[in-house]
Amino acid sequence: MRKFLLTTAAILAAPFAALAAEKPAELRVGITTFLTGPASVFGVPARDAAEIIVEKLNAEGGIGGVPVRLSFIDEGAGAEALTTEFRRQVEAGAHAMMGAISSGNCQTLAPLAEDLKVLNLMWDCGTQQIFEQNDYKYVFRTQANATPEMLATVLYLLKVKPDFKTIAVVNQDYAWGRDSWQIFSAALKALKPDVQVVGEFFPKFGAADFSTEISRLQAMQPDVILSTSWGGDLDTFIQQAAQRGLMNSSTFVIPLAESSLERLGSTLPAGHIIGARGDHYFLHPERRDDADFQAFMTAFREKTGAHAIYPVFHMSQALAALKAAYDKAIAAKGGEWPEKDDVVAAFEGLTFQGLGREVTIREDNQGIEAQLLGMSVQTGDYPFATLENIMIFDGAALTTPVGQESVAWVSQLTPEYVESVKIDAYEK
Amino acid sequence: MNLTIFLLALFDGIAYAALVFSVAVGLTLIFGVMRILNVAHGSLYAVGAYLTATLTGYALALGFAPLLAFPLMIASAVLVGVLVGGPIEWLLLRRIYNKPEVLQLLVTFAVFMILEDVQRLVWGTQPYFQAAALQALGMVRVFGVNYTVYQLILLPLLALTLLVGLRFFLRHTILGKLILATTEDREAAQSIGINADKVFLVTFIVGAALAGLGGALASPTTSILPGMGADMIVLSFAVVATAGLGQIEGAAFTALLIGLGRSFAVYVWPETAVLVPYLIMLIVLLVRPEGLFGSPTARKI
Repeated sequence: MRKFLLTTAAILAAPFAALAAEKPAELRVGITTFLTGPASVFGVPARDAAEIIVEKLNAEGGIGGVPVRLSFIDEGAGAEALTTEFRRQVEAGAHAMMGAISSGNCQTLAPLAEDLKVLNLMWDCGTQQIFEQNDYKYVFRTQANATPEMLATVLYLLKVKPDFKTIAVVNQDYAWGRDSWQIFSAALKALKPDVQVVGEFFPKFGAADFSTEISRLQAMQPDVILSTSWGGDLDTFIQQAAQRGLMNSSTFVIPLAESSLERLGSTLPAGHIIGARGDHYFLHPERRDDADFQAFMTAFREKTGAHAIYPVFHMSQALAALKAAYDKAIAAKGGEWPEKDDVVAAFEGLTFQGLGREVTIREDNQGIEAQLLGMSVQTGDYPFATLENIMIFDGAALTTPVGQESVAWVSQLTPEYVESVKIDAYEK
Repeated sequence: MNLTIFLLALFDGIAYAALVFSVAVGLTLIFGVMRILNVAHGSLYAVGAYLTATLTGYALALGFAPLLAFPLMIASAVLVGVLVGGPIEWLLLRRIYNKPEVLQLLVTFAVFMILEDVQRLVWGTQPYFQAAALQALGMVRVFGVNYTVYQLILLPLLALTLLVGLRFFLRHTILGKLILATTEDREAAQSIGINADKVFLVTFIVGAALAGLGGALASPTTSILPGMGADMIVLSFAVVATAGLGQIEGAAFTALLIGLGRSFAVYVWPETAVLVPYLIMLIVLLVRPEGLFGSPTARKI
């Protein structure tokens, strides 16, 4: 029946599909990002990056000759204000939306975008659940999700420190902190069954003091301490741990620390495992010599006074995806301006490149993105820690196969899996 | 649980309690004297922290020794008290002492919201960290665990000094006695010639400076970022309410109770660490609604 309806609809729509849509005066894109609240450490740099990228894009003729106009929605204003503003922008004729940073906001916006039949690129959120639990037509993710991020972290840890026996975790007490630990611990159990989890701490989100946890960790002396925390929480935890010498006795695994490197300055000692939620690093070993990469990094530093961090890369990927999809749709129509559904269709199997490696959109709308991890080192070239012993993991082997559930999939991996993932290694 | 763990938890609890007390004591002082629950206390705490970090940063950039951070903490606290606290009392609170409590609460809450945005305007949203003061004092090693001298020794000593000093100030100095008299009965105090307006202003400035001092003392131990004030005001309020509003010694005892409760929770059952302070408050208030040390107030009419 469903197929019959679809076919009928397709036949009815056929005469119209051939007609080109009218070329708009501008391509309006709404972006949700944190401009206030703790997550503005991600949201503000991403907004700045979007402005730089679009300014350059428009100077080069925009997308298919149409200039792009961005408008930003603050995720920090709360879910209700967010959905209201999202809806308002779509109803006012936004051509594409990009939301969100927060996984919770993605869970809210994905069904809304589907209802409103508007293209939505989930440009930063990490929850792996969205495409595992639902099918979407209008919603795409232009980067990886929590599963490849955590799995790559486990792999890197097993590569550089294969003999550790004990691990403790200190994650923020909210969805990301809990979910990331669930995936990480499941993967660790599957790939190295003899590891013992000696402590699990979930201090409250935004905690200002980890002194007690740090005392207890010093008494326990775990080989490895994992923390997927970020922003002020991570900075505080690292500062307090470093002050009290905990970072000399345990190896820290901090998968989001790339975004804190510059703020932590000389505090972060050498020899700890740093992740970047994808292949995101302002000295990306495969990209740092490319002219476009260098030009962007210079422009970003001039505008913000800081080095680019992973949300900047995520933003570049989402905007690159948007352009690539429009270009592909325009080419498919022989140069005519595409309908909304033509653009959505163009996302199938779309490959695009932001500031990192190329990303491909899979059939379940999930992006396949490489993962970069490295070891902290204080070289003196910068007033903060940089990375050495960098590994870039191929994204395809890390991403949960279509139709499977992440924790279940990760749990059935075997120690042989470690060797099967393609890795490119760089000294620095 | 063996003795080592017990002692470690004890140290952690005391260090934490010292910090919480130094913030809560200002809140309870203001309430005790002025009968106003100052929600903006949290902002004053945050401003104190930001100011200390900024001033210390400047001083270090100019090449001064890290130990200068300590006088700068006092300076920040005084600046917060005089430049922020003073105008709040003089321009706002003075007008609402006779108004319903709900209105007073709303006004101080409004000040809190305004100051939160002022912090964003001045210091932005990126976290600050300025630990020069803490690093200058080094570490001590106890049972194989490193503690900072700053947190384990200096903060508790300062909290104790604050408690004793405040007691002395209120009971043995003229100004302190004037404050106590005004607290007891404002009308009677005014009728014997005490300038109650001035007493209130001074009290509020001292209370605000204590909040600033709390922030200044906390600044080397933690990231300074938007929202830190909101967290602290909630915790201080829990301390003050559990102790009984206006009870200074009570606040010290309760801060210790809550600090220890929290640290033992981290050692025994980490999942409950967040809950413990409020659980203690709940239990105390169920049994003694006026707080541990509060006395039931007799209504005047």
